[in-house]
Amino acid sequence: MIPAKFEYHRPTSVQDAVALLAQLGEEAHPLAGGHSLIPVMKTRLAAPEHLVDLAGISSLKGIRREQDHIAIGAMATQSEMIASPLLAEILPIIRETSLLIGDPQIRYVGTIGGNVANGDPGNDMPALMMCLDAEYQLAGRNGERRVRARAFYFGAYDTARQNDEILTEVRIPIPAKGHGYAYEKLKRKVGDYAVAAAAVMLTITNGTCRAASIGLTNVADTPLWAEAAAQALVGTRIDRTAIANAANAAEAITNPASDGHGPAEYRRKMTGVTVRRAIERAKLRAEV
Amino acid sequence: MPKVQVKMTINGREVEALVEPRTLLVHFLREQLGLTGTHIGCDTSHCGACTVDLNDMSVKSCALFAVQANGATILTIEGMAAPDGTLHALQEGFRQMHGLQCGYCTPGMIMRAHRLLKENPNPSEDEIRSGISGNLCRCTGYQNIVKSIQYAAAKINGVPYQEAAE
Amino acid sequence: MNDIAPTQAERAEKLQGLGCKRKRVEDIRFTQGRGNYVDDVKLPGMLFGDFARSSHAHARIKSIDTSKALALPGVKAVLTAADLKPLKLHYMPTLAGDVAAVLADEKVLFQNQEIAFVVAEDRYIAADAIELVEVEYEALPVVVDPFQAMAPDAPILRDDIKDKMNGAHGPRKHYNHIFNWQVGDKQATDEVFKTAEVTTKDLFVYQRTHPAPLETCQCVASMDKVKGELTVWGTFQAPHVVRTVVSILSGIAEHKVHVIAPDIGGGFGNKVGVYPGYVCAIVASIVLGVPVKWVEDRMENLSTTSFARDYHMATELAATKEGKILAMRVHMLADHGAFDACANPSKLPAGFVNICTGSYDIPVAHLEVDGVYTNKATGGVAYRCSLRVTEGIYAIERAIEVLAKKLGMDSVDLRMKNLIKAEQFPYRSALGWEYDSGNYHVALQKALDAVGYPALRAEQKARREAFRRGETRELMGIGVCFFTEIVGAGPSRHCDILGVGMFDSAEIRVHPTGSIVARMGTKSQGQAHETTYAQIIATELGIPADDITIEEGDTDTAPYGLGTYGSRSTPVAGAATAMAARKIRAKAQMIAAHLLEVSEYDLEWDVDRFTVKGLPEKFKTMKEIAWAAHNNLPPGLEPGLEAVNYYDPPNMTYPFGAYFCVMDIDIDTGVAKTRRFYALDDCGTRINPMIIEGQVHGGLTEAFAIAMGQEISYDAQGNVMGASFMDFFLPTAVETPKWETDFTVTPSPHHPIGAKGVGESPNVGGVPCFSNAVNDAFAFLDAGHIQMPHDGWRLWTVAERLGLHA
Repeated sequence: MIPAKFEYHRPTSVQDAVALLAQLGEEAHPLAGGHSLIPVMKTRLAAPEHLVDLAGISSLKGIRREQDHIAIGAMATQSEMIASPLLAEILPIIRETSLLIGDPQIRYVGTIGGNVANGDPGNDMPALMMCLDAEYQLAGRNGERRVRARAFYFGAYDTARQNDEILTEVRIPIPAKGHGYAYEKLKRKVGDYAVAAAAVMLTITNGTCRAASIGLTNVADTPLWAEAAAQALVGTRIDRTAIANAANAAEAITNPASDGHGPAEYRRKMTGVTVRRAIERAKLRAEV
Repeated sequence: MPKVQVKMTINGREVEALVEPRTLLVHFLREQLGLTGTHIGCDTSHCGACTVDLNDMSVKSCALFAVQANGATILTIEGMAAPDGTLHALQEGFRQMHGLQCGYCTPGMIMRAHRLLKENPNPSEDEIRSGISGNLCRCTGYQNIVKSIQYAAAKINGVPYQEAAE
Repeated sequence: MNDIAPTQAERAEKLQGLGCKRKRVEDIRFTQGRGNYVDDVKLPGMLFGDFARSSHAHARIKSIDTSKALALPGVKAVLTAADLKPLKLHYMPTLAGDVAAVLADEKVLFQNQEIAFVVAEDRYIAADAIELVEVEYEALPVVVDPFQAMAPDAPILRDDIKDKMNGAHGPRKHYNHIFNWQVGDKQATDEVFKTAEVTTKDLFVYQRTHPAPLETCQCVASMDKVKGELTVWGTFQAPHVVRTVVSILSGIAEHKVHVIAPDIGGGFGNKVGVYPGYVCAIVASIVLGVPVKWVEDRMENLSTTSFARDYHMATELAATKEGKILAMRVHMLADHGAFDACANPSKLPAGFVNICTGSYDIPVAHLEVDGVYTNKATGGVAYRCSLRVTEGIYAIERAIEVLAKKLGMDSVDLRMKNLIKAEQFPYRSALGWEYDSGNYHVALQKALDAVGYPALRAEQKARREAFRRGETRELMGIGVCFFTEIVGAGPSRHCDILGVGMFDSAEIRVHPTGSIVARMGTKSQGQAHETTYAQIIATELGIPADDITIEEGDTDTAPYGLGTYGSRSTPVAGAATAMAARKIRAKAQMIAAHLLEVSEYDLEWDVDRFTVKGLPEKFKTMKEIAWAAHNNLPPGLEPGLEAVNYYDPPNMTYPFGAYFCVMDIDIDTGVAKTRRFYALDDCGTRINPMIIEGQVHGGLTEAFAIAMGQEISYDAQGNVMGASFMDFFLPTAVETPKWETDFTVTPSPHHPIGAKGVGESPNVGGVPCFSNAVNDAFAFLDAGHIQMPHDGWRLWTVAERLGLHA
């Protein structure tokens, strides 16, 4: 499997990258870690004429705390996120999720920007970012803008990012201290996309759920923010009934495809199972 | 499309070459540099036979373009033994613990294990299994690969390793 | 200085002979990236070939336009069937007596079938050029279901043979029918079924899968037009057969064809056959006069070269109420895809699947196999199982479980009651095989004791009760399998490939200084022949294994042999090795007698020397004899110390084993977790226990993959699903269970060193063991037979059907 020919560009600033994308038009594609794009190019399902490699742009690296946000540069890799003491302390769910992406080699190369920006519903980070109410910073010809993860995904590989825009940063509100979290991913083997997966964040005080958020991976043509499922937990003591209500609400919004990893009905039901299990683990982790 | 100049350090040697932008790193290593120890198994970045060490990371060289590796420091299986021919602890471990059969996955497996032990010099069995989960082996069932890596870890750490190959 | 003579045991240990856990010779190069695999071969001026393939599963080709491809700079040639036709090479003979298209002629019969072969300066240009080959199709109705293939109104698949109603294996019933093969006594079997107290009948489907070695199929063909000689490097499990086939196809005399199988990155049956890629590379090299390389990518590998299995087995047992099995009746429908290219001995269209009475003393049996064509990839190879043995053993080992359930017996008790007894060997099975040796009850009992079987059943009972009370959502399954393998193909009275008997060979040369080079007709693909054959010779000749070089795979230097598959290397070439060594030892004895001035009858063999009987201090070592063989011989004896043996085995060998698996199934997700897997193997004499254990680990891992997830499936349009490692299930170190291994030793009475072969046993025994564990987990809920593969969604679907999610 050999990719078609293309021209390679390696800008050193976001400005240059954006200018290149604008100049080259539809036939140009930004390249981050490349582990989604390059295999597709090798099968020739994608054949961009220009690749704009973002690896030379140092400003896209790094994981920082900024007031009430964590800012993660688009080119931060999964292994950098796994190793980050800052994330381990403030957003441990990112480490848990990152460890379930691909395999060790892929995590060295795979970036958060690539994972959230390409619009593959099988990617794990988008649902997590919806769960965390992250914002994506986009740089384009006309300057910068921010789009909430919850408003970013339109369909498979169809997102709010314009062709000449680059996703430069992911900004995540710092969650409450003592929150409970879990990313539960059902897959056949290491390296697989999820049959279904659920990201859950909970805040519990005096035994009662004060806030909850749930994201779902690979059970529709976009990642899903399961608002009703989360609402089914708020105000409850997260007992069996509440969990069942949340799981049912999550299943209700899925629209999975049938594929070799199971028919749609299975994936719908596995959404419920992963939501239930994620809630149960998150509850155990939450400071009550 | 114009060829691009690339420069990297491979197994301690500086290499400069012209490549097509679409040249995969694995083909650059195998075809242009004759480093055929790195193998291609799946074409889709699942099997890890093409794993090399790039800037202290394990990467699948069939899913990277050579141009992306411009300026990088790369270690392949050919660079693992000492210049005097002494085998690396992992190379010795794989032989002592019967960690290979057809040998096709072995270079990638050893390169991955090398980085794993650099990052975690004393891994548990589960950590080894997760650590090599980006590398497929069709022959061994992994059990003796785990032991091979444990053997190498012990040797690198200067402690005895007793477990016999099954 | 210590001048005490080494003891006999010390001398024996130094040899690293039979029974030694000798470290592998091969590893020294493989661990350093110094192996030499086919894609490592680089010749001056070498071109690269690649295929344009069919997007349709069944279509008439209206036109092929290669002009755009040919116009691409760097493209040297594009071959189509039209180019091969004048050479009569657009079809090639298959091992099964059929023909297969090299390049599609007038129509395509499966998706990704080869249509045009592009030859270019490098693989990048070739990949660009195949995109430019334009093919116009007229779609035809597609048949993917082997049952529908035999329908009266089914579409005709093979236009080329539609009127040829007499096939390679007798009359054909239908234009999509390949063969009907029957073994056993039909009438007697039917009679027993009419009156039996208890009968069972199930359809066991063994799904289509693929061997998927990590290295794909590939070759380099190099025609030297000046010398008129063709050299082909390739991933060949059977290089000598390839040479014969290439000679016949190309018309180049066999001595001018040089076939070289260098290091091979796993085979598992995938690399037995001759594929269009080989033929096209050869033709291109002959036409262009330069070397041409062809390397499959993974998608091509999984979707075109050699599927395995795809057997649909209606299996019946008849028994008494007490559990004595009286008869077995099986009808198998074999889906062979578009061409019958099964890798079986010529006379045996379904291989050794008539081993399906398994390890049991079943008085009468009847087996009928029908092979059919469908719009699927061609092949039917033995994926790490001796030719169709895994299918047969799957049928009997599932049927035993079904019968036990019907009888209300523990399946282990049912097995114990029906296993062939030690005193019955050699045992003649109802379907015609003569089992050489076995001690089945001892093996099964050892396994039962090792796993603590009664305690496992007690735990299962308690867990089932807990499940019924709603305290757990997991089901515990205990898998049992007692299998008999049939390997070492094979006696030439049963077994030939294209008319060549399935013997194998060894040639041993002892050099003056006592080192040895030996060559065999087999070809290792990871089995460590360079290590283990040397151990056989070391023990036979008293020369340290480290002083022995083993070479295989070069048809110019190695003696003719039928290659490595079906666990035949040790039973056949290993026997040839021992026999050739014994010829050398017999000559060495004459030389030793001459040197010691005694009669050769006064000498006895002692590890590494001949000693005068009663006078152990008077001896000549094999090293001394080797020197003398080149300068000091008894009158009339020719110099040198060499021998060749071609070994036509008197019988197959019959390894066996007892496997146990403990599994927990999460009914809410369908995910099965293997808690424990114990494998007891009896492969007769054990040459290198370390390598045997390694083979068992690997075979069990492949069995795990097949039973729990592997499948090459097709949709109704014949689109092949999941032909990449993203979808095709190959477990990583994380999913793979840990293996416990054990053994008994029952030597083969007819093999020179008593060895039987082992590489495929764990696949043959492992698949039914996993499947039995899954079925056992659900058995108390009367689930009926659950088909493989047992992946998450399918097991969840079973639980759903049983109402366990309510």
